[in-house]
Amino acid sequence: MSLNRETTASLIVMAALLSTVLWAEATGEPFTITLATRAAIFALAGIGLNLALGMGGMVSLGHAVFFGIGGYAMGILASHAQTFTPLTTWPILIEGTNAMPVIWLVAVISSALAALAIGALTLRTSGVYFIMITLAFGQMFYYFMTGWPAYGGEDGLSIYVRNGFPGLNTLDPIQFFAICFAFLACALWLYIRVDASPFGLTLSAARQNEARLRAVGIDPFRIRLVAFTLSGAVTGLAGALFADLNRFVSPAMFSWQTSGEIVIFVILGGVGRPIGPVVGAGLYVLLEHTLGDVSDYWQIVLGAILLAIVLFARGGLTGLVLGRPLPHG
Amino acid sequence: MSFVFLVEQVLNGLQFGVMLFLMAAGLTLIFGVMGLINLAHGSLYMIGAFAAAATAAATGSFLLALAAALAASALAGAVIERLVIRQLYDRDHLDQVLATFALILIFSEGARWVFGSFPLYLAIPEALSGPVTLPFGIEYPRYRLALIGIGLAVAAGLFWLISSTRIGVQIRAGEADREMIGALGVDIDRLYLLVFALGAALAGLAGALIGAIQSVQVGMGEPVLILAFVVIVIGGIGSIRGAFIGALLVGLTDTLGRVLLPGLFGLLLDPAAAASVGASLASMAIYILMAGVLIARPQGLFGSA
Amino acid sequence: MKHILLAAALAATAGMAQAEVKVGMITTLSGGGAGLGIDVRDGFMLAVKQAGRDDIEVLIEDDQRKPDIAVQLADEMIQAEDVDVLTGIIWSNLAMAVVPAAVAQGKFYLSPNAGPSALAGKGCHPNYFNVAWQNDNLHEAAGAYANSAGYANSFILAPNYPAGQDALTGYKRFYESDLAGEVYTKLGQTDYAAEIAQIRASDADSVFFFLPGGMGISFLKQYADSGVDLPLIGPAFSFDQGILQAVGDAALGVVNTSQWNKDIDTPANAEFVESFQAEYGRLPSLYASQGFDTANLLMSAMDKADVADADAFRAALTDADFTSTRGDFAFGPNRHPVQDIYVREVIKEGDVYTNRILDVAIEDHADAYAAECPQ
Repeated sequence: MSLNRETTASLIVMAALLSTVLWAEATGEPFTITLATRAAIFALAGIGLNLALGMGGMVSLGHAVFFGIGGYAMGILASHAQTFTPLTTWPILIEGTNAMPVIWLVAVISSALAALAIGALTLRTSGVYFIMITLAFGQMFYYFMTGWPAYGGEDGLSIYVRNGFPGLNTLDPIQFFAICFAFLACALWLYIRVDASPFGLTLSAARQNEARLRAVGIDPFRIRLVAFTLSGAVTGLAGALFADLNRFVSPAMFSWQTSGEIVIFVILGGVGRPIGPVVGAGLYVLLEHTLGDVSDYWQIVLGAILLAIVLFARGGLTGLVLGRPLPHG
Repeated sequence: MSFVFLVEQVLNGLQFGVMLFLMAAGLTLIFGVMGLINLAHGSLYMIGAFAAAATAAATGSFLLALAAALAASALAGAVIERLVIRQLYDRDHLDQVLATFALILIFSEGARWVFGSFPLYLAIPEALSGPVTLPFGIEYPRYRLALIGIGLAVAAGLFWLISSTRIGVQIRAGEADREMIGALGVDIDRLYLLVFALGAALAGLAGALIGAIQSVQVGMGEPVLILAFVVIVIGGIGSIRGAFIGALLVGLTDTLGRVLLPGLFGLLLDPAAAASVGASLASMAIYILMAGVLIARPQGLFGSA
Repeated sequence: MKHILLAAALAATAGMAQAEVKVGMITTLSGGGAGLGIDVRDGFMLAVKQAGRDDIEVLIEDDQRKPDIAVQLADEMIQAEDVDVLTGIIWSNLAMAVVPAAVAQGKFYLSPNAGPSALAGKGCHPNYFNVAWQNDNLHEAAGAYANSAGYANSFILAPNYPAGQDALTGYKRFYESDLAGEVYTKLGQTDYAAEIAQIRASDADSVFFFLPGGMGISFLKQYADSGVDLPLIGPAFSFDQGILQAVGDAALGVVNTSQWNKDIDTPANAEFVESFQAEYGRLPSLYASQGFDTANLLMSAMDKADVADADAFRAALTDADFTSTRGDFAFGPNRHPVQDIYVREVIKEGDVYTNRILDVAIEDHADAYAAECPQ
């Protein structure tokens, strides 16, 4: 019953996003499409985090690492393709590429590997330790990318032309949106499927009552590690798309503010709801875009809104509409 | 690399460490007693520095500036405890992270609104300016020596407060069992307010003291906040002793890493490349230290699992 | 989107006026570093206001110093607002994110501050004009000054990021003697005790540093207090009007290089300094002068050509037929300035810390990348 309601809500929100874009296309507002694409990509990153945070109770303040790795997968491959220099000639020749499918694959695999390694270290801890350690890992990557001159350091990498996808003109805003929207829909479907699967149930059990899980002979560490890896991979994919949206990557993608924003998407919309991050990211992009007109000091207003949501609208916006889901944490 | 040079760098690491301790002590106390993770601790540091700069500009007195920093940050701490933080004690860490993140946005932009976008001026007092000559002919800034002294004195004061006073007993009881102290008739509301204001005042003091040798500007608190997190993760969350040892470890690792690593790479690479690679690695050194500690002891050096 | 419609009142009646030029300004107006963006904006808008024209419309947006926000704003200005000219970006990394795509879409970009080497050499573009300097320029001038001051053993330091690496490279390109040490610090670092101890332990006779913004404030305060009294040289970025007041006495007498100062003795500059002070109640910084020059360059081109005719407009911009606050101004073949760079010294005038010109460091200085720019 509750799943049905969640699924219905997801369909309604996705339909609303899609019709906004179609309306913008019809009325010749390409920038609205760009904003919607941004929201869709943020939502994808948020769904990635939600796999760890909502389902598994892992409050990661370091998901910018995976977002950034995804971004640099795109940046590094495309910059080599742009300058026609191979990545490496030894032991085998690896060339750059500007084919999106290859870039996505590399982004997903490399961010999953990073999540596996970071998870193996950080998941030994829990609670507030976990928050701080993931934050510190984010800083470590941030400083590394800032100081590493090979790929632009703090300046980042500019890719002059958006990468290609067979049969599509990716520079056309609506066609690129279609790609991002398709991924978002897949991720949403994946989230709902995982949530209902035996794996998802075990993960929730690890969150709610670890001792009971151990009693039946399941190691919560391994369950969490798998979820964290999956979570990193989805966020990494979002990073690659974000880099292609901007045609640019920089260490700012690794910054702790980025991690904070991804957490905000999830909480704003509603933790542990499939559609929560989509609602949260949509609202965040909308606020970011409109509040700037109100005042130079618009971040005060943003802060006040966030505060109000935490204090008075527990469960985020989705929670306001649908009521509270299972308690988290 | 001479002995004198090394001693000077150790002093620098020590000075950096004790200032980090002032930040980390408040964070770790607040977490230990109330179970609250406070991202806005860096904002309190900033408030201390801004209050000190404004007061020093108006009165010309550094002591008044320090007093103002303590008062302003303790007051700001008390106000947010009453208005916001109090609602968060029963919430999970996630809500605490988001709410205190929102406070950062409000405080940072609020400071810019009030004080403008340019950095403020805050100088070290005349009596403490310039270098002194220490044994072995080490020349060292007087003010930094004073910082080490103040930091150690505050640390000693905190240890005394916690081990030998009534408040200290309540704090320790609160860390051990939060429900229990209520049952013992301790006014929890007051205790929490006190601990939060104390932590805030320590952060404000650090901000004012450091502000005199650094740039007093919006956003100055967040880098220090993250370092303070690293400190308490290494030391063990909730442990003042752990925060002290962790702060010194981080201070020394960071300072000596910056000095020694480029030299080490200089043996292998040309000077410009060694400087760059060494600096990259040095900026990661404390995070590597943290990862190392966690692999050995996931609950930190002095934490109870 | 915040519209500043200067033309609004007049345009309604002036149906016959020249084609209107729409300018999109993306600059940093919030968070750390907002001071630079505010100066550029204020300088730019002062020039527009003084010209009293009815054919220019300026849209101003805050990039928060975040590359992705800057890209998003550029997309908005190009896709939704259809601007003709973009300008305003302060930081090199943001410029690298925005400029290549913007000029590739046929827009003009006039840089009032950032001048990354990648856009000056192989990556130069006919629609990209830099009205400030190529990033290396002020550092090269510092190197040239070090030679003329007779320094033979410099200790050099900068943050570990591309602009920092460019700074030390730029200094070494002109500086001819030995190096006592070369140190990269962490970006955003606020404590320099360890580096100052290294300087003390070295046998340097001078120190060159590039530490923009808050980093420079921290370094100067700590250096002055350390008892090390070797002469300092730096580019103007640590000595602009906004920063100096926060450094105070610690900066007095320090030598720095700049393409502009308020005492450049031309009528145009004197009038700029006076009117800026009258308008905003503070002394202009070099960033303000760059914003002012950028607006005047743009309006000089508007007088000569229609922005719709890209080739003519480009030629008009290339002529640089405007009166710069820094005296002579011309573009080199890669559309970066060829200009004099001065040596300044920090002084105190009443209660205000500011600079005065000591000498010219390099005359008619062009950048090192011009030859790589394909014509």
